[in-house]
Parts: sequence; structure tokens; C-alpha cells
Amino acid sequence: MQASDRFNINSQLEHLQAKYVGTGHADLNRFEWAVNIQRDSYASYIGHYPLLAYFGIAENESIGRERYSFMQRRLVFYL
Amino acid sequence: MYLYSLTLQRPTGIICAINGNFSGGKSQEIVVARGKVLDLLRPDDNGRIQTILSVEIFGAIRSLAQFRLMGAQKDYIVVGSDSGRIVILEYNKEKNVFDKVHQETFGKSGCRRIVPGQYLAIDPKGRAVMIGACEKQKLVYVLNRDTAARLTISSPLEAHKSHTLVYSICGVDCGFENPIFAAIELDYSEADQDSTGQAASEAQKHLTFYELDLGLNHVSRKWSEQVDNGANLLVTVPGGGDGPSGVLVCAENFVIYKNQGHPDVRAVIPRRDDLPAERGVLIVSAAMHKLKSMFFFLLQTEYGDIFKVTLEHNNDRVSELKIKYFDTIPVTASMCVLKSGFLFAASEFGNHALYQFKSIGDEDDVEASSATLMETEEGFQPVFFQPRRLKNLVRIDQVESLMPIMDMKVSNLFEEETPQIFTLCGRGPRSSLRILRTGLAVSEMAVSKLPGIPSAVWTVKKNVIDEFDAYIVVSFTNATLVLSIGETVEEVSDSGFLDTTPSLAVSLIGDDSLMQVHPNGIRHIREDGRINEWRTPGKRTISKVGSNRLQVVIALSGGELIYFEVDVTGQLMEVEKHEMSGDVACLDIAPVPEGRQRSRFLAVGSYDKTIRILSLDPDDCMQALSVQSVSSAPESLLFLEVQASVGGEDGADHPASLFLNAGLQNGVLFRTVVDMVTGQLSDSRSRFLGLRAPKLFSIIVRGKRAMLCLSSRPWLGYIHQGHFLLTPLSYETLEYAASFSSDQCVEGVVAVAGEALRIFTIERLGETFNETVIPLRYTPRKFVLQPKRKLLVMIESDQGALTAEEREAARKECFEAAQAGENGTGSADQMENGGDDEDKDDPLSDEHYGYPKAESDKWVSCIRVLDPRTGNTTCLLELQENEAAFSICTVNFHDKEYGTLLAVGTAKGLQFLPKRTVTAGFIHIYRFVEEGRSLELLHKTQVEGVPLALCQFQGRLLAGIGPVLRLYDLGKRRLLRKCENKLFPNTIVSIQAYRDRIYVGDVQESFHYCKYRRDENQLYIFADDCVPRWLTASYHIDFDTMAGADKFGNIYFVRLPQDVSDEIEEDPTGGRIKWEQGKLNGAPNKVEEIVQFHVGDVVTCLQKASLIPGGGECIVFGTVMGSVGALHAFTSRDDVDFFSHLEMHMRQDHPPLCGRDHMAYRSAYFPVKDVIDGDLCEQFPTLPMDLQRKIADELDRTPGEILKKLEEVRNKII
Repeated sequence: MQASDRFNINSQLEHLQAKYVGTGHADLNRFEWAVNIQRDSYASYIGHYPLLAYFGIAENESIGRERYSFMQRRLVFYL
Repeated sequence: MYLYSLTLQRPTGIICAINGNFSGGKSQEIVVARGKVLDLLRPDDNGRIQTILSVEIFGAIRSLAQFRLMGAQKDYIVVGSDSGRIVILEYNKEKNVFDKVHQETFGKSGCRRIVPGQYLAIDPKGRAVMIGACEKQKLVYVLNRDTAARLTISSPLEAHKSHTLVYSICGVDCGFENPIFAAIELDYSEADQDSTGQAASEAQKHLTFYELDLGLNHVSRKWSEQVDNGANLLVTVPGGGDGPSGVLVCAENFVIYKNQGHPDVRAVIPRRDDLPAERGVLIVSAAMHKLKSMFFFLLQTEYGDIFKVTLEHNNDRVSELKIKYFDTIPVTASMCVLKSGFLFAASEFGNHALYQFKSIGDEDDVEASSATLMETEEGFQPVFFQPRRLKNLVRIDQVESLMPIMDMKVSNLFEEETPQIFTLCGRGPRSSLRILRTGLAVSEMAVSKLPGIPSAVWTVKKNVIDEFDAYIVVSFTNATLVLSIGETVEEVSDSGFLDTTPSLAVSLIGDDSLMQVHPNGIRHIREDGRINEWRTPGKRTISKVGSNRLQVVIALSGGELIYFEVDVTGQLMEVEKHEMSGDVACLDIAPVPEGRQRSRFLAVGSYDKTIRILSLDPDDCMQALSVQSVSSAPESLLFLEVQASVGGEDGADHPASLFLNAGLQNGVLFRTVVDMVTGQLSDSRSRFLGLRAPKLFSIIVRGKRAMLCLSSRPWLGYIHQGHFLLTPLSYETLEYAASFSSDQCVEGVVAVAGEALRIFTIERLGETFNETVIPLRYTPRKFVLQPKRKLLVMIESDQGALTAEEREAARKECFEAAQAGENGTGSADQMENGGDDEDKDDPLSDEHYGYPKAESDKWVSCIRVLDPRTGNTTCLLELQENEAAFSICTVNFHDKEYGTLLAVGTAKGLQFLPKRTVTAGFIHIYRFVEEGRSLELLHKTQVEGVPLALCQFQGRLLAGIGPVLRLYDLGKRRLLRKCENKLFPNTIVSIQAYRDRIYVGDVQESFHYCKYRRDENQLYIFADDCVPRWLTASYHIDFDTMAGADKFGNIYFVRLPQDVSDEIEEDPTGGRIKWEQGKLNGAPNKVEEIVQFHVGDVVTCLQKASLIPGGGECIVFGTVMGSVGALHAFTSRDDVDFFSHLEMHMRQDHPPLCGRDHMAYRSAYFPVKDVIDGDLCEQFPTLPMDLQRKIADELDRTPGEILKKLEEVRNKII
């Protein structure tokens, strides 16, 4: 890579894309976008315990099970 | 509108718990995270859990870990939170605070995908800590100590792997070789590229070992191997000299032992007999217990069964893994095995418990082993077991938990002095109705009848050094009764007390003599039995007495004070006389300060509404030092020392200030600070306690002096974690009280009321509420109050459970099997009893074991009418055939044929996944019969969706069915549709009505304001919100204002602008609303957000209520984590200024403990607006004194004034 490339806006963007997982870009398709949203959401649900408990009550599952199924759903999607 | 937010009941649920020795020494302690609160708990000698410290951290705690440096005596706490920082805390025993040792920033704040904080793992030797996110990032910090033995932390070392989900991480015990961390990882990069889903279904989880090379200061992926695809949890296996090292991988249905270069050792987790085949068994919490010679693991499944896992090993080769059924307890979020032989179980919902180990499961039980694992064509052969009663554990204590609060209403149904809070708590078979009352719980030890109506009671010790009291002395109008305290309490006559006269005071004087003051004199009983009697001059009688251990002041009728002191020989000597201007209303002498001869202050209350402080020093004896005039004549006085700040576990770091408390005849408690040197009074506060003049008594609470105030109800003023709290006791009106200490009851109170002598103790200090629990059957959803009939009607429903009949059948079967196994002759009626009586302590109570799981499309539900006073259910209707109730309301239809009716919205066969489907929805209409105690179905109307919201509106019924708002009228056979509006975006979850306006809450799109035009019979939406809000609770505040709470933990108020509101109301034809179009399918007008606050917890219910008699109304809310809070509206601009400045200074000078920025936390989703965080302001007393002074200076006040302000605003709320 040449020195000038480092300041190229595209390469910088690419670097940022790789660093901050889930950031969108111009060529994002619908599926990728939805996947990102879903992964972000599930990560937030897993992080916020009261929310996890809230879902757990709705589905009548234990919180541990709920956390696990949210992790699993980050791989397989219900779109 | 400016609001002051205050948490009344801190969260009671637990997210995670760790155990260790955090204060050093031998005691076993538990640190629990309750969402935004970090607590330190300790089981005391009696096996009761005591809260030592509780800190609000203004952030979301996600994980906790403890570690100990080699050779150190105490454990540190590592906190993973949403702050984007790793924080290491140390418990400071002297000051009773958590000290922040280190705080290192590594990323953005918030619970994000790739910002670590979700997982924590510790090297078992305490050399490194790994903090991980649920995706990609993992950071390792090296822990060490410097030359001064202080803990140091390195800069972070990265162990990232992109496109990877992380399920669990843990440290691997490898002795003193380089630290290794294990992680369950799943690579999703291929699954993302493949849209067919083929790759996703083939994705494989891996167990990866990361090695931290301490020499190179570098982390590398050391080893990675495929692991069962159901893997979800890792548990460290002891290594070094203690065990084989490696990890236990808990997966769905299996536990697998794995280590580098070691073949897998797999065993199947036994299943409950009645579990549907489609369901797996997942381990949700784990604990390891290590003894000198052996170690074992306790793993708990999602159904609550605990298994003991042991490894057969020879050096580092594991030959067999055994999983043995241990016991069943409610499902936990975390389990802690304490070295002292206790198991602390932090339940995910409902009460937490402390168990004691009776044995460690060495007896025979159902066991699965890796050696007997059978693989067939359908997979591995399962092992079955049946849960049984507790065999290895005994429950010795419970910690109350309200989690989750499903619904709440504040009402004074019992017509007590303060309203009660009715909360629906818990889930499934552990759910309950809890009635919360402000005040401390009291447990009554004894009540005994006396031969007359007593007027006063005292307890005395025989000697200063005695631990327990010797006598209870009860005074009647014409006699004195002396009871001696021993094994039993009985009357004695050899005590030396004069029993033919009433007494005015009885106390211990000097080191070992007793004093009885009666109207005609003072009787001084020496230790050897000699009696000195001092008689009043002439015909005057003693009216009031004040005394401490060395000084006595009596007031004679007419207003003469005589002062006595105990001299060196133990004699009571008259020192001084003083004539007051009129009769004395009350007297008190401050207790003798440590190491002094006498106390300097005498307080005298007179009927001319003044309180005087007189000096008792020899050089200015009986000189008035200060005078305070009060609003009403004082009835009782008490000096009490208060340490206003935290310090040490008992709060003894700061110089105490001496408070003079006065109970006034108008029922007010008046408190003022007495200057320790000059005796000047300053900084007075008053609080209305009740309708009777408070009588003040000094008692002992947790080894310190506290104040008992007896007004129309008893109050306790005491110091808890540095705060002075004045809380009512939930007990009847008392006349007179004294502290009581005996062998059976170390810290009690003896009191008289009516003809009875009562002995009680005060429990669970520091709590705001005490609760009465009424168990329920299924997860309660909503309830309505019937204020006139004093009844509650509630709906309960559970998904995936068997119906009552099916459960009964299964239970019978199980009993038969068990009895046949045990003795072969089961008696039938015994079974019946076991099955019928739910409250009986039957061995397989659902409360303990949970309901057997059914397929997820099965529902059970019931409608219950309950009398909260007796706790009796007067009517219980079980819904049949997968029908579940979701909404309830009472409705008066305008034809008034039936009076008040009950409407219940139900759904049949509701399923959430993969897509929400429902067979049918219904609205049931019930009629109240037997004075509301029972229900009778009138008819049910089928609707097309789930009716999630019902509301009475102008003699009709409004129902929210999916996106449709519909108005129904009552017909003979069914409800009749009158009008509807289908324009709501998603699903209606709440409806409130006021005049002709209807406030509709959408599950995802906040509030919609509607109007009903009767003449046109149409419903219009005329305003909505511009912010998407996932509503969880809503409450109608006024004509233009609604309060709501969203799923992400925010509370907000929206208001329709005044001009828009006027315009709408003025529009006579309604034509404008009808034809006006909004933009982008929205309503033409928008409501404005006027208040916004992030609570940090899902708020499930909101209500406007006043919690104290005569107090202003505030918004009370309950949350999923079981906390209750209040929002109080400020009435003056000055207060707003003061508190916003205080909040600002607190933010600057006292940043939250776990590294989250306070402002950012309260603005987590939307910027905070016009709400002052009272919880932060109330941390002011915990600051060091110089910081308090600095902040106070900047506010142009003294620290005392700030404390007073804080107390004032709290007293307005509760």
C-alpha cells in the first residue's frame, strides 16, 4: 500500500467498517441492513437484563434460556 | 414541570452474584448486582442475610467477577458494565464503601455488540482478567502489584476475532504457567455470505483457548476445537495440583469435559420425566466448590434442578464425568457456594434464598455418567429422573424480592393512615400479590395481659456490664409491677422497688444501683440491698423526671427543678435547685459522653411552647443556654446523637451531632441540632407523625441508640448506612415503650398498649416497605380494584404449562409411583389431600419445582376475585382450551341493567414464534354476584385479534384489538359493534379515556389522542407522538398530558400544546379534525415531550398517587427488577434551582462508581428533560466531609442545610 492510499477516503472507510462492526455503507443491501439491526438489537437485549427478564416473562422461559436463544438468533434469522 | 425522581424501593431482583472475602478476615460475603445497584451481603451468625452496603451506580451492571492476588487476604471485585470501562473495586471495611481501585476505558458506553462488558473471566491465580463482548472483542488485562503492594493493571491486550459470536468465557486453571482463557465461539462470516441458510445451519461452535504470554505480554489463540453446537456455558475445572485443569462445557442436554490434548468426556444431563421431547435441558447457572481433597460442581438447569458434577481423574487425565441429581430449587440467576457450608441462590424471579448443606449428595440418586453414555440411532440415550423433596439442602433464610412487578395500584383499601401499594409480582407458580405498606416490619415475640391498664414500662439492668436486662417494671395508676427476666418472665417482690405507688422513672444509676422515681420521692436501691429514700419537701409531688446514668433532674409540681448527681461513692447527691416560671411539660438529659463525668445539657419543655436548654456544668449550673419556641407545647423530649455521614460499617467516621427531638402536642416531631459546646439550637426540622403527641423513647437498634416515637402509630428514627431515617413501624398504636434485651431476644422493644404488654423486634432495617404476601397460581397480568367492595379482580396466565386437571393427573400418577416404590400401600385419601390443598407443604409444591413444561402453544389462565384483607380467593375461574386472559376492566353500561360488569379480553392458542398467530380472541363479560365475591359469565364475543386493552367509555366499552380501536355496546347475546377506527399503526396496548377524549397507547408508536363525536358516531385521531416508543406502561395525568414508559427503561410525559388543545375543543362541528390530514400518515397535530428520564429498568406500571396522608401526589412506578420509585413535582422555582445545582455538583464531584457518566446514563436513549435525579442527590451525605463543605459553599449553604433539604423533599414523597 502506498503512503498516499492511507489517506484515501475509501480505504479509511473500509478500515472503519472493519473496526466498527455493524456500521452501514452505501452498497448495503436490505438483507445486510436487517441483519445488522437484528444483531445490534439482540446484543442490546442481552446486555440489558431487565429487558431480558421482560422477554422471559412474555415467553415463559428462564432468563438463561432466553439469553441463549437470543445469542442463537443472531446467527439464524427470522425475517 | 420539573420532577424529582426518587427510588423508594431499590431493585430486589439479582442479575449476578459472586462470593468471597471482600472485607478480609474470615467472613464470607456475597456481592450482588441488582441492575443499577451493587450490594454487599453477609450471612450473619444466625444464618440471616444482612445487607452491609448498597450503592446505586447509575449504570447497568452486566457481569461481576472476584479475584485475589497471590498471598493476599481479600478479594477484589471486577465489574463489567455498560460504561465501556473495566472497574476494579475494593471493599473498604473502615468506611463501609466500595473504593474504586482502577477504572480503565476501552470503548464506547452502552450495551453494544462489540464493546466488552458482557462477560468476565478471571485467571484462577488472580494474574489476569479477560473482559469480553458478545461479539468480536475480548480484552485481557494483566493484574499485578507494585512495590507498595498496591494492585496494578496493565494496558489492554487484544484477543479479538471478527465475525465471531461469543457465548461464554472462563479462565482455565493451569497453575502458575501462562494464564489461559477459554471461550465458546461461533464464526458467522460464512453464514452471512450464504443467503440460502445452508451455511448457517452448518455453522459450528468452537472452544478456543487464548494464552496470555506473561513474558512477551501478548495474547495468542492457542488452541481451537469443535464443540457441541448447543454449548452455552463454560465452567473452570481446578488445575495446578488440585485437579485435571481444563473446562466443563455445558451444552443443551450435555456436559462435556474438554481440555487441550484430552479426548472429550461427555455425559448427558438427566431429564425430568414429564418434559416434552422437543425441549432441551440447558444449564443456566453453575457454581464450583473446592475442598482440600476434592472438588465438585453444582449446575442448575432452566427448570431448577441442580446436578452435582464430579470428575474421576488421575493426575490430569479425566476418566469419567458423573452427573448426579442433587436437589431442586427455584431457577437462579447465580449460585454461590460459601465456604461456611451455605448455598446462596439468587433467584431470577421471586425471593432469593440461603440454603445450608445437609450433605453433599453422596447418597444414591439418579446419575448419568460418561461411562454409561449410550449412543443410538436417534442420538444419545437420555436418562430420566423425577424431582423429589430437598434432601441435601435446607432453606434457612429468604430475601424478599418483588421481581418482576407486573402491575401495581396504590389505594387506601384498608382505610389505614397511609395508602397501601398492591403489587402483582413473580412468575408462574411463584407469583404473588404483595401488599406493601410504608414502614418497617415488626415481629411480635410475646403478648401478655396485665391486671390493669398500665401507664408506663421500663427495663433495667442490674449492673452496667450486664448484657441483658434484669427487670421489666410496669407502672399502673396506683401500683408498680416488677417482672424479672429469666427463662420466663415472672413477677417478683424482692427487687426493692416500691410497689404500692405508680412510678415515674426506673433506671440504672451509677454502676450497679437502681433508681425508682415515684410521685413522692426517689428510691435508690443499692446493689447490696440498702435503700435510700429521698422525699419531696412538703406536699409537693414529682411531676417529671429526666435522667441518665449519672445525673437525675426532677421537676416538682409548680415548676421547681432539683438536680442530683451520683458521686464517687455511688450516692445520689442533691446539687442544685432551680425555679422555673411555670409547670414543666417534659425533661431530658443528654447521655453522658464517653469518658466524661456528666452531660452538659438539660432540656426543659414548658407549657408556654418553649424548650430551654439549661447547663448542668458546676460553674454555670442551671443557666439557660438557649431557648427555642415551638408551634405547640412539647410533650416529650429526647437527645439523640446522629452521625450524619457514612463511615465504618456503623457510620462512626464523622463527628456526631447531637439532636434534640421534641414531640409536640399537635403531633409534630421537632428536631433541632444542639451545638456540642455552646448549647445553641439551630437547623430545626419538623415532621408530622400522627394525630397524637409523639412520646419519645430511646431504644437500641443494631447496638446503637435510636429513637422510638409513639404517636397514633409508632415510628423509628435510626441510622442506616450513614443516613438518619425516620420510618413508621407496621404495628398498632402503643402507649409507652422501652428497649428490651434478653437471652432469647437480644434487641427488642417492650411496650404497653391497652391492657397488654408486648415484646417485639424490628426486622429488616433500612427497608421502606414491608409486605404481606398472598400466593397466586399463574403469572399475574393485570388487576382492577373494587374500592367499594374492597376486592381485587385479577387475571393470571402462563404460556407452555399444563392445565390444572392435567397437572393434577400427573401429580397423582407421580404420587402413586412414589408410594408404590416406598411402601407399596398408598392410601388414596392421602393423595387427595396432597393434591387438593395447595397451601399445604406438600413435597412437590409447584412453587418450589415449577409447573411441568408443556408445548409452547399451550396456555393456562384464570380470573380470580380476591379479598385482600383475608387473602382469600372468593372466586377462581380457570379458562379452558388454551385460552388466556390479557386485559381486564370494569365497565358500567349505560342501560344500567346489570350495574358494574367485568370485561376480560382473552386469546385462544396464541403463539409468538415464528410469527404471532392466534386462533381467536374473545371479550368475556362477567356479572358480579354475591356482592362482588363471585363472577358469572354473561356472554363472550369473538373478535379477530387479541384484545390487549379495554376501557370504559361513556357507558360503553372501548377495546383495542390489534390495530383497531372499537366501541362496543352491551347486547343480550354478545357485544354490539358501534364504531371503530382502524388507523392505528401496530397494536393497541393501552386505552384511557377522559371526557370525550381517548388516549390510546400503541405498542410501538407511543400515544395517540383521539376524540369521539357522538353525533357522527366516529372516532378521530387528532394528535400523536413523533417519537417511536415501545410502550410498557401509561397513565393519564390531565386533559392534555399522558405519562408513559417504554421498553428501554424511559419514563416520559407528553402534552398537547395549549393552543392546539383549545383549537380542538373549540371546533364545534369537528369538521376540521375530520378532514385535516397529517403528513406521512401521521395525525395532523403532534404532542410535545415535556419530561424524559431514563430509569434504567423496564417500568411496567405507573400511577399517580399520594403515599402519605396530606401529601402531594406523585407518580409512583414499579419495574421488572422489583423496584418502586416516585416522581415528585416541584412546586417552587427555588427548589428546582437548588436541586439542579446540587445535582450538577454531585455529577462533577462524585461520578458514579462503575464509570458511567451520570448525565449520559440518564439520557441513554433520549436526552433527560426536566427531571432531577434524587438518588444522586441523596448520595450527598456519603461524600467526605470536605467535599460536602465544598459543594455546600458553592450552593451558599451549609452541609446541614442541604441534608435538611434532602430530608424535606423525601418527606414530601413518603
